[in-house]
Order: sequence, then structure tokens, then C-alpha cells
Amino acid sequence: MIAYFGRRYMMSASHRLHTDALSAEENRTAYGKCNNPHGHGHNYVVEVVARGPVNPGTGMVIDLAMMDDVVRTRVLDRFDHANLNLDPIFTGQVPTTENLCKAVYKLLETSLTPAELEHVRVEETENNFFEYCGEASIPR
Amino acid sequence: MVFLTRRATFSASHYYWNDAWPADKNHQVFGRCANRNGHGHNYTLEVTVAGKPDPVTGFVVDLKWLKDVMEREVLAAYDHRHLNLETPEFRNEIPTTENIAVAAWQRLEPAINDVGGAKLSRIRVYETPDIFAEYRGEI
Repeated sequence: MIAYFGRRYMMSASHRLHTDALSAEENRTAYGKCNNPHGHGHNYVVEVVARGPVNPGTGMVIDLAMMDDVVRTRVLDRFDHANLNLDPIFTGQVPTTENLCKAVYKLLETSLTPAELEHVRVEETENNFFEYCGEASIPR
Repeated sequence: MVFLTRRATFSASHYYWNDAWPADKNHQVFGRCANRNGHGHNYTLEVTVAGKPDPVTGFVVDLKWLKDVMEREVLAAYDHRHLNLETPEFRNEIPTTENIAVAAWQRLEPAINDVGGAKLSRIRVYETPDIFAEYRGEI
């Protein structure tokens, strides 16, 4: 019996969307306000969904406290109240929320055993969100 | 194929307890959820059906019909109930959010699929705004 368990976490971080591959003017055209040299920030919502069999003893896919620990130590402690551009993950990579979503997925990918990571969704604002379910998975 | 989702809410009480385990293991695994006096949540049930829009109505299913099915099959049994004590599926099974999603699927699947056209695709149950479980049938 395969089911899915999801949990939402909050983190606040700053970023600036800018790539050295484009000129200053091209960056302003591509990223608009997000290219402000001083950066800006968001309250991100990180939704983590685990997939696995429902344990017959506990009725659970994954222990919620274990999931909280993993997400806190691997993701929230790293990105919460940080400047994403300065994180080594975003050296040479623009910290768009697409890339942040993939980075969070990779940080959690092998850490939810015995469950598997199904997808990560990052909401940048109430109206913008991004999802990543790994390269091998078929989008729902 | 188009996916259509309808949301409904219900409020219920429950507790987590495995009769096969000693009390201390239940408290260790389930923490505050093992309080035998129970506690409650405002649950949100999301039911997603998949199908082709009808060429005449443009509907995958009639939303009023889906609302009535959800109320009859799930909310009538769960809303303002104690899940452990008042629902047959949780007499011997722990009413975790995962198991509620599976049970809601089992209640809804015949009612939705027997009508023809759209098929039940996904059940999502939110226990709080930040915790949810999903079931998509046995794929």
C-alpha cells in the first residue's frame, strides 16, 4: 500500500537574480526588479512529499519528527536567514526558485529512508511556486 | 485528460494507539497523539478525478454531483465523529492521515468509477495546513 506524506516548512532568505553570462542591460531585461544589485528576500514555503508503503505497525509512511529533523538539518539550517547567492550551491548558478527547488530536492534525495522523496515544491510568494520531482520521475 | 479537484472540510477526533504494543512503546512512537482521551483536527479532503471533458457540457464531472458523493461517502461518516470509535475502518487500524487518505479512496472509488467517464485519481487529506497525506491507488 503506497501512500504519500507531505509537510510544509517556512524559511526566509535573500537573493539576487543575476548572471555574469549576460550584460548589465540584458540582466535587467531578463530579471527586472529581481536584478536589484542589493538583493531582496522572500518567505519561502518548502513542501516536501515522501512516498512509501504505509507501515502496518504505525500506520505511517514516515516518522514526522524524523522528517522534520532531516529537513531542518539539511535545508532550513542552511538556507533560512541566509543570502542564497553566497551559498556554494549557487556559485555559477542563478538562485531562481527553480534552481532552489532542485537544490532542496538534491539535499533531501537520499535522506528520507525507508520512504523515498516524491517531490519538492517551493513557493516563493503566494502566487509563484515551483516543483521538482527528479529527472527520472514522470510529472503528475 | 483533465484533472478536476474538489475540496471539502470535516472535523473529527482521533488518537494513535497500536494494541499489539505495550503502552510505553505507544507513547514513545506516537507522542502526544497517543493520549487515549483523543484530540481533534479540522481536516481538508481534496478529491481529484481524471477524465475527458464532456463535449456537450465541458465538464469532467458535474461538481455538484461530486460534492454530494463526497458528503455521502466520506463526510457523513467522518464529520464530527471520533474516528477510532465510530468508523468501522479504524476499529483495527490507526487513523493516521495516511490511513484516512487510503480509507477515503476506498469509500469514494466505487461511487465515482462506477458512474463511468471520470476516474478517481488522487486523494489528499490535510490534517493541519502544513501536514498532508496522499493516496493515488495501487499504481
